Amino acid sequence: MKGTLQVSVSGVGFWCPRMPGWQVACEVLRGTSPMPVAEQARPSPVLLAPTERRRAPDTVAVALEVASRACEMAGVSPQDLPSVFSSTHGDLPINDYMCATLASTPKLLSPTKFHNSVHNAASGYWTIGTGSHQPSTALTAWADSFAAGLLEAMVQCQADNTPVLLVIYDVAAKGPLATVTPSAGMLGGALVIRPGHVAGAVAHLSCAVQETTISGGSNAALPEPWAPALAGIPIASAGALFAGLASAESHRLVWPVGRTTSLVVEVNPLNGVA
Amino acid sequence: MKPLAVTAFTSTTAAGAGNTALQAALEAGVSGLRYNDFTTTPLDGHIGRVTELDSVAWPEAFAEYDCRNNRLAWLGLQQDGFLEAVNAASTRYGAARVALVVGTSTASIGATEEAYSRLEPEGLFPLDLRRPAVHTPHSLGHFLAVALGLGGPCVTVATACSSSAKVFAQAERLIRLGIVDAAVVAGVDTLCGSVLFGFNSLELISPEPCRPFDTARSGISLGEAAGYALLEREASADAWFVGHGESSDAHHMSSPHPEGLGARIALEAALERAGLPPAAVDYINLHGTASVKNDEVEAAVISSMFLADVAVSSTKGWTGHTLGAAGIVEAVVCLLALRHGFRPGNLLARELDPLCGPQWKLTGEAAPVRVALTESFGFGGNNCVLLFSAERTQ
Repeated sequence: MKGTLQVSVSGVGFWCPRMPGWQVACEVLRGTSPMPVAEQARPSPVLLAPTERRRAPDTVAVALEVASRACEMAGVSPQDLPSVFSSTHGDLPINDYMCATLASTPKLLSPTKFHNSVHNAASGYWTIGTGSHQPSTALTAWADSFAAGLLEAMVQCQADNTPVLLVIYDVAAKGPLATVTPSAGMLGGALVIRPGHVAGAVAHLSCAVQETTISGGSNAALPEPWAPALAGIPIASAGALFAGLASAESHRLVWPVGRTTSLVVEVNPLNGVA
Repeated sequence: MKPLAVTAFTSTTAAGAGNTALQAALEAGVSGLRYNDFTTTPLDGHIGRVTELDSVAWPEAFAEYDCRNNRLAWLGLQQDGFLEAVNAASTRYGAARVALVVGTSTASIGATEEAYSRLEPEGLFPLDLRRPAVHTPHSLGHFLAVALGLGGPCVTVATACSSSAKVFAQAERLIRLGIVDAAVVAGVDTLCGSVLFGFNSLELISPEPCRPFDTARSGISLGEAAGYALLEREASADAWFVGHGESSDAHHMSSPHPEGLGARIALEAALERAGLPPAAVDYINLHGTASVKNDEVEAAVISSMFLADVAVSSTKGWTGHTLGAAGIVEAVVCLLALRHGFRPGNLLARELDPLCGPQWKLTGEAAPVRVALTESFGFGGNNCVLLFSAERTQ
């Protein structure tokens, strides 16, 4: 069918404070481990030097952590991959800082916070950290940010016949902004995808954009075992896809990508184990 | 790549609303910059402010989306018959077959800044600003999808100052793979405290109007703008989108690679995709922010890669640096160069930096333009080059 995209997932990265890695997330999903009670504050991505690791905003830390893990699992060199970053809100704590400072002492705005406030900060730190000259983009589509990122990653993968890194993330909202743009916590996810359906992959994805009614919604509910850790995080709309990768069965998942269009994704896991 | 027809385009900047006003300003050499009258806290510098914004008739139906950025987006849509062209394409292909790919660096953060300046005692937003649709970085895309009635994939590219150049590349891929038949690409950014005081904190704001490529340049002047283009797979057109190249510097968050490595990679990728040699290019619209470092690096790259007979210029002396809108505004300048056979000069520069080769001219000149190129570089070392042609070259 014209416009159908076929890719293989060859690497996965996942991090949230209660499930700080793809392995533990898979175990919780399958019920082989309980949901951990303890929370880690934030990841320590190996890509950053120790001093940078402390200074990096949470958005950058979680995005770089999952991106590196997905590349490791896929056995690819990070610098060779074009990358697509997508986040619902970007860095809400930095936005809160910027707006609060502008309202009080605008001339004291921190230059570092300012350059970290761009939506493509994580994308920039990733290309700098990996030494990659490949194209990198940073997207947002509000509630549809995950679907928009997945679509663009698959489109790049197929259009230019290249493996692509997809990184999605959100962090908790802070300050007065939290009353209008709620976000309950931190989540990062990453996929390395390759063109076509290849052997040895984690899963095969077949996707198409289809016209829907104006009320067309998503069927991609947050998997119940993950809900205690991921509820209230906008980009956790990706949860159903990640759960599909770890499952033994095929799934047909639907997310809106436009006012009357949806991204329909058939997820066919190949081995069901991480 | 298979060229795409550019069937409609427009821009609204400090140099005027619509193409006719911009072309007249480009030919007459009239700058749209003025002393900063935007911030309540004084900030020494010049800005490219769109004066027509103050008299925009804002439809009541859009109350939820009211903010400076969406007003500028709406003003821009009214120019050059763009809204009508989109409606016709939407009818022709079906609204779900037209994508909307928009670029912005700050979206409507100005509305969030305003809410913080008028917070209620318990830390709540003032009632009139408790509208989530203007406090999301996707504010522009969400509003335009409603305003244009488009149903296809809708997404915001936010890679700082390359945002609305990259929208062309993303739209081309969607059309190439048959996901959609046409795409509206857009870029809108408005003046706000975040960027004015942000660039001030980096000591990049010039106290005088920006002078791109001048030996004595002292920094940037910020501006605001809206730009649009309609891209179609099959249509008759007098301008074609023929190539794009994207790359990363892998060097620094807010300063360019010293040898312009990322810029070179993007230039080579765009020319290769278009199947054109550097000698085919007649006009190049440079990033040319008038920051000391950008212009130094960019001048060296262009001088070494292109022959003497190409004309190159930065048009930021007319508009200021319009950040996330700069890519598409400068694409419009290229499309106007193809249409009118006029190659703009380097307005506000008095004495060109010795790094600039014979390709730089202080004043504009009438000359046939068959192929035009524009380059955009953003924070994070994010680069994008676009190529347009008067002929369907491939």
